[in-house]
Amino acid sequence: MPTRRDLLLAAGGGVLLGSATRRALADDTGAGAEELGALPGKKPLIRRAWRPPNYETPLADLVPAFTANDAFFVRYHLSVIPQIDVDTWRLKVGGVGAQKPLVLTLQDLKHDFKRVTLAAVNQCSGNRRGLFSPRVPGVQWGNGAMGNAEWSGVRLREVLERAGVAAAAVEVVFNGADAPVLPSTPDFLKSIPIERALDENTLIAFEMNGHPLPHWNGAPARLVVAGWTGTYWVKHLTEIRVDTAPFDGFWVKGAYRIPTGAFPGARFKTQETPETTPITEILVNSLITSHVSGAQLKHGGRVELAGKAWDGGAGIAAVEISTDGRQSWQPAELGRDLGRFAWREFRHRLDTSRPGALVVAVRARSRDGAMQPEKLTPNPAGYHHNIVQTVTLEVG
Amino acid sequence: MRGALAGAAFAVALALVCVAALADEDSIRLRDGSGRDLTAARCAICHSVDYIPANAPVMNRSGWQKAIQKMRDKFGAPITDEEAQQILDYLAGSYAGKP
Repeated sequence: MPTRRDLLLAAGGGVLLGSATRRALADDTGAGAEELGALPGKKPLIRRAWRPPNYETPLADLVPAFTANDAFFVRYHLSVIPQIDVDTWRLKVGGVGAQKPLVLTLQDLKHDFKRVTLAAVNQCSGNRRGLFSPRVPGVQWGNGAMGNAEWSGVRLREVLERAGVAAAAVEVVFNGADAPVLPSTPDFLKSIPIERALDENTLIAFEMNGHPLPHWNGAPARLVVAGWTGTYWVKHLTEIRVDTAPFDGFWVKGAYRIPTGAFPGARFKTQETPETTPITEILVNSLITSHVSGAQLKHGGRVELAGKAWDGGAGIAAVEISTDGRQSWQPAELGRDLGRFAWREFRHRLDTSRPGALVVAVRARSRDGAMQPEKLTPNPAGYHHNIVQTVTLEVG
Repeated sequence: MRGALAGAAFAVALALVCVAALADEDSIRLRDGSGRDLTAARCAICHSVDYIPANAPVMNRSGWQKAIQKMRDKFGAPITDEEAQQILDYLAGSYAGKP
């Protein structure tokens, strides 16, 4: 547990940011200048908001197979973000649906359970919200509220089994150490269905890419719900509660919801209403990382388009490229399979034999048959932006 | 997590947050206008005011009214009816960029 002094220091520390770098960057949509800023321990990232800190990974940092810890995006809802002392940190596991409540130290987690490592994309539900047309309110994310990492920790299932899950359990609720400024603001707690909590791909992770989790990505331990959007990946975990009734908190009942039936993906049935339902799985998507619109290509030069494709865990079956206004599609070459929850690299040699504009469209298909759509499905919060991406390059 | 922020500790923490916020978010300048200082003071209790220009292109008067209402109803922002009106007039006048 953080001490009172830690909390007070952290209350300031959360906003005592490192030196800011200012640079004007034109983004793909011409949405305007972007400002870079560095949180302590992070490299300069695209600052979407100072406090609570919301920082996006620049495109260049999405090129490597795994996103570096110091480049990984940062997303918070609440402004009080304590620095946690790992020696005094405790994880409480209990609730009315747990027969043998536990309190675990980080050492307990590391030594008493089987260590597992999983490569998975962590993508914010609102990734690309800033690219919605018509635009919608909220943090105006571009393409970089996402990253791919190797998460190491233990299976949530093993911890819950030790705590004795009652047959009547329906959801598991998670709380982290981050807190609101005002007591009247709902604390950030999330729940997931009991089946997802017991899934082998739901982890309590304490390492990211072989290193302890960075502070801004949830140290000392966070939830990893592989395949589901980042909202469920609760950071700075302090409490896990097994409940026998649907969780009644604002961040599940009143936020992160999509129109019922509008999107594919797993259903969170205990939280569904006829109108809205919680967002769950990441939808099939892709991103060109080698080029942005406006890039100049040498006439007759050897040019390779490259990027990443990912989904909610079915895995990527194919990535296709069109350079003729989406009349015909050619398969791109896929890179190494890092696991079904990770992104998959793709490459494709571009034809630069004709000078002029070269419009390139990319679409990914997952192994369950899902394909990136051509049109956005409007939704009030601007979630699930996964339409086919197009860049206009200039051969000359 | 919020138990540790009770009572006096909460008040001190809030003061620290505000001081640090002002020291580090100085680069954010809201447009001049009647109601600017009140808007900055109330909004910055919980978040930096760059959320205002960032959302301006999406917002009109009705959008800002909903946003202020949400901050009061859902997030417990300590804003009186009279203040809400002044904040709305300022935001609708200076940050309503929705076509």
